[in-house]
Amino acid sequence: MSHETLSTILFLVFVAGTLAITFWASRNNKSATDYYAGGRSFSGAQNGLAIGGDYMSAASFLGIAGIIALSGYDGFLYSIGFLVAWLVALLLVAELMRNSGKFTMADVLAFRMSPRPVRTAAGVSTITVSIFYLLAQMVGAGALVGLLLGIKSDAGKMWTIVAVGLLMVIYVVIGGMKGTTWVQIVKAVMLMTGAALVTLLVLGKYGFNLSGLLGDAAQQSGKGDSFLIPGLKYGTEAQGIWGKIDLISLGLALVLGTAGLPHILIRFYTVPTARDARKSVLWGIGIIGVFYLLTLVLGFGAAALVGTKTISDSNKAGNTAAPLLAEKIGADIFGDVGGTVLLAVIAAVAFATILAVVAGLTLASSSSFAHDLYAHVFKRGQVTDKEEILVARIAAFVIGAVAIILGIRAQALNVAFLVALAFAIAASGNLPAILYSLFWKRFNTAGAVSAIYGGLVSALVLVIFSPAVSGAPTAMFPDADFDLIPLSNPGIFSIPIGFLCGYLGTILSKEYNAAKYAEIEVRSLTGIGSEKATSH
Amino acid sequence: MTVQHDSSVYERIQASEQFQELRRRYRSWAFPMTIAFLAWYLLYVVLSGFARGFMGTKLFGNINVALVFGVLQFVSTFLIAWLYSRKAAANLDPLADELRNEAEETVK
Repeated sequence: MSHETLSTILFLVFVAGTLAITFWASRNNKSATDYYAGGRSFSGAQNGLAIGGDYMSAASFLGIAGIIALSGYDGFLYSIGFLVAWLVALLLVAELMRNSGKFTMADVLAFRMSPRPVRTAAGVSTITVSIFYLLAQMVGAGALVGLLLGIKSDAGKMWTIVAVGLLMVIYVVIGGMKGTTWVQIVKAVMLMTGAALVTLLVLGKYGFNLSGLLGDAAQQSGKGDSFLIPGLKYGTEAQGIWGKIDLISLGLALVLGTAGLPHILIRFYTVPTARDARKSVLWGIGIIGVFYLLTLVLGFGAAALVGTKTISDSNKAGNTAAPLLAEKIGADIFGDVGGTVLLAVIAAVAFATILAVVAGLTLASSSSFAHDLYAHVFKRGQVTDKEEILVARIAAFVIGAVAIILGIRAQALNVAFLVALAFAIAASGNLPAILYSLFWKRFNTAGAVSAIYGGLVSALVLVIFSPAVSGAPTAMFPDADFDLIPLSNPGIFSIPIGFLCGYLGTILSKEYNAAKYAEIEVRSLTGIGSEKATSH
Repeated sequence: MTVQHDSSVYERIQASEQFQELRRRYRSWAFPMTIAFLAWYLLYVVLSGFARGFMGTKLFGNINVALVFGVLQFVSTFLIAWLYSRKAAANLDPLADELRNEAEETVK
């Protein structure tokens, strides 16, 4: 049996299993709390796994291993930013949000503000961030299928994107948060198991001598010791000072973006208490941290055993480094059949990864549309649970359709910057608004609206005029030339702009509500009056 | 629960000594720690950009400063997360529980 057939079979088993779980989990989907927040009945450990499942995208699994395999150490910079970011969520956001919010990020922002303008801004930002992220994953799915399942034709790629889109809509529409959370849990276990297995085999081959592995990787890469230090990909010496500022800008967006990503924030609502939210972040940090240490070995292992040239011949961005490594190490240790099986397993895990992440993003954006924009802005809160859930389901269909169409149309584009952009908007617009809401007494409607739009617009504008969009050979429009700003990552400017807009908007408006601040402060720290779990 | 929309109850709790103590304990730990780990992380990023000679210094075998510094970011993240969970369980949770129980008593 070829690895393509085996991968497809394994992937279909995953789909069948998760669909069964989704149907089973949807039995008790009655109230809005069930649909949006899984009845708030997941345990800290379960939600911690789901956090890992939501967060460890194909970009982290295949992308980071690929960057390390091709450019050495630089991929590790990504991992570290992605991990340290969780401390912001743990110390400042998770518990306080769980105590003061209900279903979406906007619940916390609109708590003591004039609800319609703030919910509109938060809804727009949530949907923008999620769609950018979603689009990057969808395009990635199309590219991956060619590499892993041997589907090279355009029609084949198109149908893969359609299938991924349909599946994610089914998970979300039928399972709501419960179904989606279980998909994340299953995927997180599969991903950790797969990555740990390959890592152990690689380390075993080197007799657990990491230094030997690094030496081989550096030698195979042809770049020597510079392969083991930062600077081959980000902020290269050739790019000069702007390259280095760009590196710092990327680092800032990574560390401050996570706690502003809507699909991550809504995970804190799925547990019964703030203490469980804390526990889930602790689990998440453990799982995500170990995972990134595994990808370090996978990346250098791929460079050492498969070789940088073979990897870049297979895919210019290095996305196939982990699967190729699985095949090589499997064949080395267990013979050809072992190689085929291990490659098939890792390919199936990669698909499960994409599917779980896109489901989480679809849920976050459709929830925000239904709960923030439809129920609170259009209907001013005058809706029944039933109507709101129906709208959420319709929104999931529409978002799924949009993602499928854009995913197919954007196949030829380089969309890597979309993830960086999503993180930059989350860090520049959402995080300032969340932190001010939770900690600054004087904060008000004008401040919240200016922080979100200020961060969102400045990040977007900076990216439009960056080398990611025009002027560079790898740009979205390589032939056009309006790259006025020499930064691919807008964070270093847009994050301070977001905070500054929030500050100025606040002090330029006289409005503020001391009584409501007392309420959010007391609620967020003590859990008085917080939303309870539903029991069935 | 009627307490949900009764802002005066919240203002009374907010003004209480107990709540002020809870708030002080939380902020005096979480804020400086956030500044500390962000500074520690930024130091790592800045050195990665501007001090590559130093980052390339070999410590043993092929293990260099860059790798050890990176792994230390993992260690510090795990450590701070663990310290916070201990701090919260010992110093914050009991006080928050007390306040919550009292508040829920008064509205019964």
